[in-house]
Amino acid sequence: MKIRSIAALATISALALATAGCSGGDSGGGAGGGDTLTYWASNQGTSLENDKEVLQPLLDKFEDESGIKVDLEVIGWNDLQTRIQTAVTSGQAPDVVNIGNTWATSLQATGAFLPYGDEEMDAIGGADKFVKTALDTGGAKGETVTSVPLYGLAYGLYYNKQMFADAGLTPPTTWEEMVTAAKKLTTGDVNGITLAAGSYTENAHFAFINSAQNGAALFDDDGQPTFTSDGVVTGIKRYLDLMQTDKVADVGNAQYDNGTKSVSDFANKKAAMVINQNNADNSIAAAGMTSDEYGVVPFPAPADGDKIASFIAGINLSIFKNTKNKDAALEFVKFMTSEETQNAVGKPFASLPVLEGVAPSFTDNAEEAATFQEIYSTMAQPLPLVPAEDQFESTVGKAMNEMFATIATGGTVSEADIKEALQTAQDQVIATMG
Amino acid sequence: MATTLAPPVGAKPPAGEKPPVRAKKKRPHHWWFPFAIIAPAVIFELFIHVTPMLVGVWMSFQKLTKFYIANWANAPFAGLDNYRLALDVNGALGASLLNSFVITVAFTILVLGVSWAMGMAGAVVLQRTFPGRAIFRTLFLVPYAVPVYAGIIAWKFMFQRDTGAINYFLADNLHLIDDKPFWLIGDNAFTAAVVVAIWRTWPFAFLMLMAGLQSIPEELYEAAAVDGARPFRQWRSVTVPMLGPVNRVLFLVLFLWTFNDFNTPYILFGGAQPPAGDLISFHIYSASFLTLNFGFGAAMSVLLLVFLLVVTGIYLFVLNRRSRNA
Repeated sequence: MKIRSIAALATISALALATAGCSGGDSGGGAGGGDTLTYWASNQGTSLENDKEVLQPLLDKFEDESGIKVDLEVIGWNDLQTRIQTAVTSGQAPDVVNIGNTWATSLQATGAFLPYGDEEMDAIGGADKFVKTALDTGGAKGETVTSVPLYGLAYGLYYNKQMFADAGLTPPTTWEEMVTAAKKLTTGDVNGITLAAGSYTENAHFAFINSAQNGAALFDDDGQPTFTSDGVVTGIKRYLDLMQTDKVADVGNAQYDNGTKSVSDFANKKAAMVINQNNADNSIAAAGMTSDEYGVVPFPAPADGDKIASFIAGINLSIFKNTKNKDAALEFVKFMTSEETQNAVGKPFASLPVLEGVAPSFTDNAEEAATFQEIYSTMAQPLPLVPAEDQFESTVGKAMNEMFATIATGGTVSEADIKEALQTAQDQVIATMG
Repeated sequence: MATTLAPPVGAKPPAGEKPPVRAKKKRPHHWWFPFAIIAPAVIFELFIHVTPMLVGVWMSFQKLTKFYIANWANAPFAGLDNYRLALDVNGALGASLLNSFVITVAFTILVLGVSWAMGMAGAVVLQRTFPGRAIFRTLFLVPYAVPVYAGIIAWKFMFQRDTGAINYFLADNLHLIDDKPFWLIGDNAFTAAVVVAIWRTWPFAFLMLMAGLQSIPEELYEAAAVDGARPFRQWRSVTVPMLGPVNRVLFLVLFLWTFNDFNTPYILFGGAQPPAGDLISFHIYSASFLTLNFGFGAAMSVLLLVFLLVVTGIYLFVLNRRSRNA
């Protein structure tokens, strides 16, 4: 073989391998050397741009104080879970990330996130600074949390004051009162209530809240799913009946695949009530409805049910285990969970404080603030703190989407149908739990 | 008795003559060039295509759930468990996979049939020159040229029940129906998916068939016309047989693409798939990414691959036999 042939072959192979290797990238965390953090934020404001506008000044301030630069990326809710999962799988992850606190236990099980042990907790200001129930959502019971609370959220029943006054109604305190009021207010183009019936995450949340009001749990103490228990079935039935038998929710709601659509119906006065997390305030204001035109009460339970009005919703902050900038990341977490920052984002993100002893600042309406604070502290339970929680959301939530679709297209859904669908969901969760 | 012409063994060659020189086998100059040119393509194909595929097959034998995705090497060996789960039609997951498979088969047959028919019709009509032919040709190709996301999102808006253009035309404008139906949820979701897929696929069939038609000599049509054949008879007896090779490839390619179609269900329906529109590609994605059970998703993908290979194999075998016997 001639030398030239060998040399040529070797060069070509080397080139091919080099270009392939270059595009691989390293599987380390966010940025390489230097103190730059990569931060994935979730969409808490009215739009992704709005989030950037709110966060950038804070990040600049952080850079001035600490010298650490933060690269921000805001990701919408429909993509965030997939992005996080991809980051976990591939190892190409940011340093710090916002997570929905209901995902905390599932993500903890992947082992990809930094546990906040004693050392890390001290670095961010101590575990005592957080509201205890909020901190509990950070991981499974008895295990070191891998996320700390950042923003608090709770569900409330928003109602249109004018429509209620015109019909001579008072804000409902029980489920039955809510349905009666809704029926009275469903006339012509206006519906008593509007639901995000096509959003599997919202549906899963209400499956939980309604079951909790019946005193039924979705997972037993061993972590096995108990979706088919009576309390769950009847809880879901009464939620579906809002569209099916009470007919106070428009069938078109079955197409609403996120909460903003139903909130916008409420803000445009097409519906008298909407059940949403307190961050609806900004969307309502953006549509032109002012704060004194609506009121908030806790999402009512049936007269004989447990007074659970919400789950402890919110956003937590996690650090990826493979981060190259652990100390910088911890400092950033400390900054984001400090009282100053919490007060700065309270209004634009309409979030409840997760810090002990801090007053809510998300609205100027003192009555509303007090109501949400009460719901968050006394009438809320955490969603099941099991790794299979995300599968509960996708299987039960999607089953409810299909049931709403059946109702919307003219079919009927009975308790037996619900039980069957929940049995399938339960089997799916058990099969993938392994 | 030696009457041979060859010199006896061992005998010295006659003086003055040199021993015959063995001709050296000449290698063509730069013999390595074709291999060198192909090498990068092969290497990339291995990296991007074959290796991930093999990793996928490996994954299907592992119990790769959310507990292990950060650390693949530690995932426990699952043997055929994932396959058993997928094929157990009495279990929740196997039954939904089978359901998804049946829907995808029905979807593929419909889309393939209608797209081919429309493509054929368009190609035949546009064979003849007439004023405005170029405009039609461009118009017909637009759905194929439009970026997938933009095209399907436009359809998603049109299919909205209350504000969409389709219901507006059907109910408010043409008064063909009274109630505005849902298109993206419930049973109509299948129809919506089929319509969008046909819209995207038929231009490709049209393009291929138009190219194929160019190669059919005019004389055949003239001869057929002389024999008294009407246009449909001409089409049946001249066009279709002459397009045999094109059709063979076209059917195979369209079948594979349509069966694997992920874009249509994902963009049209988003995260929550209506059961009537549950196509198998999205079904597998949903089982892997949305529930973090990659081992199971990989097993389903391998089963899908095996199915498509078997169908393709049978198709090619039958056709090759046919063409050999022809």
